[in-house]
Amino acid sequence: MLLKILVCMKQVPQKDAPLKLNESGAWIREDVSYEVNEPDAYALEEALRQREKHKGEVVVITSGPARSQQVLREALAKGADRAIHLEDDKFVGLDAFNTAKAFAAAIKDESFDLIFTGLQSDDYGYAQTGVILAELLGLPHATIIMQIEKTDGGIRVKRELEAGFFQFVDMPTPAVLTIQSGINKLRYATLIGIKQAKNKPMRKVALAEVQSAIGENLQKIERLYVPQKTKKTEHIEGSPGEIAKKLVDKLRNELRVL
Amino acid sequence: MANTILVVVEQREGKLNRVSWETITAGQAIAAGTGWSLEAAVVGGNAAAFAAEVAAKRVAKVYAVESPKLEPYTPDAFAAGLKQFIAAKQPKLVLMPHTYQVRDFVPKLATAMGRTVISDCIGFKYDGGRLVFTRQMFQGKLAADVSFTSDAPWFATFQNGAFRGDKAEVGASAAPVETVNVEISDGVIRNKPQEVFKEAKQAVDLTQAEIIVAVGRGIKEQKNIEIAKRLADALGGDLAASRPICDSGWLPMDRQVGSSGQTVAPKLYLALGISGAIQHIVGMKGSRTIIAVNKDAEAPIFEIADYAIVGNLFDIVPPLIEEVKKAKAGA
Repeated sequence: MLLKILVCMKQVPQKDAPLKLNESGAWIREDVSYEVNEPDAYALEEALRQREKHKGEVVVITSGPARSQQVLREALAKGADRAIHLEDDKFVGLDAFNTAKAFAAAIKDESFDLIFTGLQSDDYGYAQTGVILAELLGLPHATIIMQIEKTDGGIRVKRELEAGFFQFVDMPTPAVLTIQSGINKLRYATLIGIKQAKNKPMRKVALAEVQSAIGENLQKIERLYVPQKTKKTEHIEGSPGEIAKKLVDKLRNELRVL
Repeated sequence: MANTILVVVEQREGKLNRVSWETITAGQAIAAGTGWSLEAAVVGGNAAAFAAEVAAKRVAKVYAVESPKLEPYTPDAFAAGLKQFIAAKQPKLVLMPHTYQVRDFVPKLATAMGRTVISDCIGFKYDGGRLVFTRQMFQGKLAADVSFTSDAPWFATFQNGAFRGDKAEVGASAAPVETVNVEISDGVIRNKPQEVFKEAKQAVDLTQAEIIVAVGRGIKEQKNIEIAKRLADALGGDLAASRPICDSGWLPMDRQVGSSGQTVAPKLYLALGISGAIQHIVGMKGSRTIIAVNKDAEAPIFEIADYAIVGNLFDIVPPLIEEVKKAKAGA
């Protein structure tokens, strides 16, 4: 049986990008560098590996302004078969409930065996969109997945629990899985992959096409701000040699660990 | 149950998860601020067994939400059982700890009720009759005040360590306990979970370490781990890492500190090239002293560091190793 897999991906600010607040005070200025949300990269990799094992199709989807198409281009270059881009600036401001609703509306004419998302995003960090999408589609789900094997009539997944515990779960397909970072080793796009990506199908979905499916946000960011420090931090400055001397003095005379 | 706060505590493997007390503390604080009443619920096959322990805390009532179908845990059964219970009781606010189990079912539960979850909160503010929740964004670089724009019940989860579990107040007398049996139809549960297990014994127990030198992405390449190892050796400490380092296979998984790894509280935690994503911070913020070296002055690790060194770890660590060796030789 062929496997049809959808991978939900997100573009987020680069990890070390300095962030500035915009005029609204409720979001960041858009002029930063972006990258793919890291757990989503692992979700894509897992989808590609499953397709290599079982044959089928990998489709990638994202929502966001024109810039976020880069995430889909990279996924196509790595081997995804086609892409769906819900393109509009307004998608950035949707809460997880509405983002999942928009995705559900965009794929309503398709049927996937598996839907993957990263376990959470590096920007909002809700850890919710995948589970919400499962509920909206009426599908079973499992979260924080470290291994996926096809079985007769379904899949067996390995869930990561806290404190070093794990659990295998047998479940039917279609299903939604949120993928943990480190489930596999990421591949790089090849030059030929990058070339081929240009000719792969990219379906654009305008906000108007899914507008009727989404409603008002159920939660609202009132204010975004630099967190107040709760700890007194002492900066140690100087040349590397001076810093080393000062630190060792602290370790010895204040912390008494030397 | 109008204007009621309901704390859903977590039990796993027949034990109350200690993080539940933190959520009780949070519930008590919100109740004190708002004047709303506070109740708690324990969910499971034999929830009543845990209810008494919760009823000792200062809460108005404890519900034992029970069904044989709630054992073992599945998101389908928990969402169905709690939906039934919450729809009947109509609390204004439902609070839970942000555990892996809660993350697994609470978005489904809220969605099934047409509601939303403000997840992974670190605090709340109640001002002029409005309740807002504080949560970290962008891996802790920024914080946000988030409010509900929908009708109650509102759902919120609190990050591990956001409140002090040992500050949960005990009641003057035990709260009444009521067992509520929920009906979960056949066919609702689709997943078949197997036994919970631990991977082959962890070779490294970082929880007992007094000194930890931890590396993050700033270490750049696998071969550079050696420099951190040499510093750890000089200090007589253990080497640890943030998740991306273990994901890359540069260090084994049992060296990982954070929500999916070990939780540590050494005398000294020296973070090299670790930006300080929330998932890492929750595993080490209990350290007595935190020294952070990072080239990005805005890295969130500096928010919790006692000593901050903004600079290139490859410049700083080699002389540091020499100074530590000198100090030890002289001691």
